[in-house]
Amino acid sequence: MIKIDKLHKSYEMGSSSLHVLKGIDFNVEAGELVAIMGSSGSGKSTLLNILGMLDNADDGTYDLDEMRIENLDEKTAAEYRNKFLGFIFQSFNLINYKSALENVALPLYYQGLKRKDRQKIALEYLDKVGLKNWSTHHPSELSGGQKQRVAIARALASNPKVLLADEPTGALDSTTSMEVMALIQKINNEGKTILVVTHEHDIAMMCKRVVNLKDGVIVEDKKVKQNIIKNV
Amino acid sequence: MNNLKKIFDADTWDEIFESISKNRTRTIITTIGVFWGIFIYIALAGSATGLENGFDDAFSGLSKNSMGVWVQSTSIPYKGFEEGRRFPFRLSDVDYLKDRVPEIEYISPGLQAGAFSGSPPRVTRGIKSDNFNLFGNFPTQANISVIKIYDGGRYINDEDIKYERKVAVIGEGTQERLFDQDEDPIGQNIIINDVNFKVVGIEKFSEGQGFGSDSDITIPYTTFARMYNRGDRFGFMFLSGYDYVNPKNLEETVLDNLKVLKTVSPDDDRAFGTFNIGSLFESIIKFTSGMIFLSLVVGIATIFAGVIGIGNIMLIAVKERTNELGIRRALGATPGQVKVQIVLESVFLTIIAGIIGIIVGALLLFLINIGTANLEDFPFTNPTVPLAIVFSAFATMVTLGTLIGLIPAERAVSIKPIEALREE
Repeated sequence: MIKIDKLHKSYEMGSSSLHVLKGIDFNVEAGELVAIMGSSGSGKSTLLNILGMLDNADDGTYDLDEMRIENLDEKTAAEYRNKFLGFIFQSFNLINYKSALENVALPLYYQGLKRKDRQKIALEYLDKVGLKNWSTHHPSELSGGQKQRVAIARALASNPKVLLADEPTGALDSTTSMEVMALIQKINNEGKTILVVTHEHDIAMMCKRVVNLKDGVIVEDKKVKQNIIKNV
Repeated sequence: MNNLKKIFDADTWDEIFESISKNRTRTIITTIGVFWGIFIYIALAGSATGLENGFDDAFSGLSKNSMGVWVQSTSIPYKGFEEGRRFPFRLSDVDYLKDRVPEIEYISPGLQAGAFSGSPPRVTRGIKSDNFNLFGNFPTQANISVIKIYDGGRYINDEDIKYERKVAVIGEGTQERLFDQDEDPIGQNIIINDVNFKVVGIEKFSEGQGFGSDSDITIPYTTFARMYNRGDRFGFMFLSGYDYVNPKNLEETVLDNLKVLKTVSPDDDRAFGTFNIGSLFESIIKFTSGMIFLSLVVGIATIFAGVIGIGNIMLIAVKERTNELGIRRALGATPGQVKVQIVLESVFLTIIAGIIGIIVGALLLFLINIGTANLEDFPFTNPTVPLAIVFSAFATMVTLGTLIGLIPAERAVSIKPIEALREE
């Protein structure tokens, strides 16, 4: 599903240049649930941004579902993001003045769906994350866990090939973290490819595979015994 | 153009309405600038028109390109004549002028006693008696001055002139002083200088009627000439040009001809006196069109300032919404879509503010109009703003709103979505 080869990325910091990714080779098969771990500064967020087409690599190749991703202009990148990728952020990134339903429907708006269809699909996904009854509520009326579940519903709404989650539990307490991870596991079990960036070991152990990043290179890449969450 | 199609998409507008209505404070602050601009503009332009109409009304007593000409005394010796020479007009001069100056539409010689020379005659009726300015006029006078006669009466007519009838048209003030309130003066006799006159009409007084007051008496020119033994001599005349004639030019042509006729030096500016309503009116027109122009400049400038205000606040709003716009772009909004949204928000706010401004401005004009309706001395009538001006202001607003919206729109997409998302 994802294939990257010798990926390099450096940032210009004034006169000096910071080499963040130093040749990453990395494949993800369809249906995998991969945790990308690493301390801060290891390059895990940069990797995720490149995978998310929010940032461009300096060197190397990136194929998403056998499609070469390179030299994208902003418009094409936006269309690809919309079609192929779903984002889950640490800080949820919901739009405050829109209801849960409208937030979930937003990617569908950019796909050009009609309002009725958008709302129907959005409601289905809200139902999937267990928030059907909260569809008219605004983010300020939701708890952190609920917000993240709305965000997950939104990421799923456009039926993307890959879900990219950047520290999805970073702003949540341990109980709600469990809830959210349980949801992610459930979605993965239904066949969705998911990448989770985290620096928490126990969160990583809830995935099926852990990739460890240190100083811009992969130091470890192993399948793990998934810690399956039950009864939350 | 995909983006252009978006403008007519109901969903685009849903997004815009949502964004605008859910950010109420921003919306209100943003619109105040443009609202104020268009309001000032409408109020100013309307007031200028009201003033123009007001002056129009005030001068409705006289034809707008009419003038009075009278004889004074020469100030320059010429062709053997000494300076300080006095001379009268003669009735033949009227035909002479008409022949020489085809621009003249009407010309009406006038005789008077009491208004600027001579003494006002004693007028008696029964036990009431007073002095009144007396005028001897031709019926043509009614074509130059707008003379309104109360129902039941009439002005001097050709028969009166021909038969030197002893009839009189009296002013409202004259009526008050000579007649009782419930009396109808028409058909009654008054005695002017021991001669019996029959009142045939009562003149309605209107402002700006040249030399007239509300307490005059007008009798036929020929009757006056006989009574005062004037022969064919007279001292002043009213004349008016055709509508197309420039009053200043007409005055010059008339004076040039009169100077030749009366053997007056071409450089002598004091031999004749003139009172040019046309020029006076022209300068008032200049003043009011100046006002209209001023209101145009001030209005456009204020609208401009208002639109810049919108741009300013949209810039802040874009900054404030960096995160939101980042989210939208992560979810698949193309830069074009983001730009269209920002620009349309700007244009929409401008239009809404403009419409409110126009409505409130019109309301203010309406109230001013009602408030000044009964003020006789205040030249302000029917303040309106031509639709063309309203539409052009509107077009200006929309254009400026679009242009100014482009700045924050460009700013919104200049930030990479990843940086936008990092912004909290």
